Amino acid sequence: MKKIILGFFGFASFCSFAQLGQGGNVTGNIESNVQYLNTDTLIGATAPDQRVVANSYMNINYTVGKFRAGARFESYSPSIAGYPGFYSGNGLPYKYFQYAGDKITVTLGNFYEQFGSGLIFRSYEERALGLDNAMEGASIRFSPIRGVDLKGFIGRQRVNFVDGQRLNSDGLVRGVDGSLNLNQIIPAFSDSKFKISIAGSLVSRYQATSNDTLIVPKNVGSYGGRIDMKYSRFYLNAEYIHKDNDPNEQNNWIYNSGHGAIVNMGYSQKGLGIILTAKSLDNMTFRSDRTVIGNQAFINYLPATSNNHTYNLAGTLYPYATNLNGEVAYQLDVLYKIPKKSKLGGKYGTYLHLNVSLATDFKRDTEGADWQKNRISYLAQPFAMTDSIFNFDFNFHIKHKFNKKWKASAHYYHFIYNNDVNEVTKLAKHYITSDIAVVDVSYKISRKHSIRAEFQALVTKKDRGNWATAVIEYTISPKWFFTVMDQYNYGHPNEDLRIHYLLGAFGYTHNNSRFMFMYGKQREGILCVGGVCRPVPATNGLTFTFTQAF
Amino acid sequence: MKKISLLFALALGVIGGSSFINTDDGGLGKTMPSVMLENLEGDQINSADLENGGNPIIVSFWATWCKPCRLELNTIMDDFEELQDSTGVKLVAVSIDDERNKSKVKPVVEAESWDYEIWLDSNSDLKRAMGVNYPPQTFVLNGEGKIVYSHVGFVPGDEEDLFDIVKELHEKQTQAVE
Repeated sequence: MKKIILGFFGFASFCSFAQLGQGGNVTGNIESNVQYLNTDTLIGATAPDQRVVANSYMNINYTVGKFRAGARFESYSPSIAGYPGFYSGNGLPYKYFQYAGDKITVTLGNFYEQFGSGLIFRSYEERALGLDNAMEGASIRFSPIRGVDLKGFIGRQRVNFVDGQRLNSDGLVRGVDGSLNLNQIIPAFSDSKFKISIAGSLVSRYQATSNDTLIVPKNVGSYGGRIDMKYSRFYLNAEYIHKDNDPNEQNNWIYNSGHGAIVNMGYSQKGLGIILTAKSLDNMTFRSDRTVIGNQAFINYLPATSNNHTYNLAGTLYPYATNLNGEVAYQLDVLYKIPKKSKLGGKYGTYLHLNVSLATDFKRDTEGADWQKNRISYLAQPFAMTDSIFNFDFNFHIKHKFNKKWKASAHYYHFIYNNDVNEVTKLAKHYITSDIAVVDVSYKISRKHSIRAEFQALVTKKDRGNWATAVIEYTISPKWFFTVMDQYNYGHPNEDLRIHYLLGAFGYTHNNSRFMFMYGKQREGILCVGGVCRPVPATNGLTFTFTQAF
Repeated sequence: MKKISLLFALALGVIGGSSFINTDDGGLGKTMPSVMLENLEGDQINSADLENGGNPIIVSFWATWCKPCRLELNTIMDDFEELQDSTGVKLVAVSIDDERNKSKVKPVVEAESWDYEIWLDSNSDLKRAMGVNYPPQTFVLNGEGKIVYSHVGFVPGDEEDLFDIVKELHEKQTQAVE
């Protein structure tokens, strides 16, 4: 209560101060998603009793000189289809005050922050998934000289939003991170072709005992380092994080320590890029509350090692997300542009992209483990793979611009998905193998008018069988777009369920305002952003989206 | 407690609402906020230090997985050399790719042969500070560093409006100098 009053007066006086002075900058945005839902038993869509559901957000940042303050208003009345149902009501779960000087930045209230690759700490918002683990507390960033960057924070994490009230984690999270860019720090090294920076971080959680039968550590620490090197066209960056024993609901209350390692190696020059990524994770879920499972209360971030597919059939039926218990994964990307004005490249060049990724279970050695005395269930070595495949993904893309008017691209995907490990469908067991082909053609009719068509096909012997999708999109720059999409499940083993999912949409953009109306059927699928996925239910109805930036 | 929250919300609403009315022109007159970021070389930079010797600047938010973003940057690239010669414009492409895709930014930029300055906003700090909802969103800054234009989304043809604005800014600039 006191906090809110203080916050209110603080903000109000800040604003009036801002208005007395030379204005200041207001930035922010509004987003509103409203759905009117029908029940459609054939596709499995169930309308809630209210029929109309809505999610709305408004962000405001106010900057005057070195001071900044802001807040976000959120409203779920009730939340839209497939959104985490526990978000409810209206309120202000995010507010902050910040001083950003030349060398020092201090933030009080709510903040987002990331150390290194996020393997040790990342608080972020992914609104489409209903993920928000913003911190509440204090954070400081200090850069005494160029190339030295020190960060520290303390606070609790947002884990829920119920009846308009932000609920924070039971555990308190603290952390420090320091990074040194040696080329920026050492003058003699500044023009060197060899670039190197090193960093280290430490994050710990305090949570009082919450388990009656086991003695769990109240403080759990996690620490590690990272290195970033470049030489001419080659680069290599790596991070290794160790987590102390952290018995929790996710790992079945074992006392094993955990590790996370990510290595990226690459070569790039104009027209060519090659990257190899390797990742090893074991028992690395680190949450601000040891009793929580699911997608909430993550202190760290475990990125998926695969391409983010944007075409509908490739992106939403059998998408891969990081296995939370651990995995070993590799990924290779080769990007090449056949030069302009060459025989194969044509006038504008031809863009090629090959991506292959593989994720498997990691090897557990139970022989040397100490279960009886210390509840350590296995030992694991980094990057020790097994032949139990979690996911295999091969995809190839070719993109070509023929002339000022015609452009086309073709895409092929081959997936092997382990449905036993991460279940996306009840209709299949073990491995689901699928092949997908996509052709995308666009034609610019005139300066303002363009038309685009997209054809996709997915072939599989399992689950719901084969799919075909067609999309036609007509745009009038800079204001209008119209789209019709049909997804047809023509290969469903049950003939009654060979359904067309027809969807129409149009939108209007005026500078920073955007409206969109969408009407029709949407099949159930998986929505993934950044390797975190959420099932989206089938819907039938009208969706209205409004976004405004200011 | 609820009442106070409501009051707070109301206050915010009024401030936000009035700013919305005042900035229907797309946020005219604002400058770049101060946020610490990295460029592709791994050097630390402050977004508020962005300048181009009095020439216009385009700031475009994108991501490797965002099709319209890449279409926009590719479309601009086709005429960028010419535009740069005539107006001295500079384009900063701010990637909001997170850790999953961040390592792909450099190869994508090189393979697409983009001559843009690339910033990495991997935890979306600048995106939040500039009020960007979803990419692509493109801003144009005049020679004094004031934001004079901003547009959400991209469809073919939008680049022509962008070029017109940059050319207009350049003409104004030259007239002012004369």
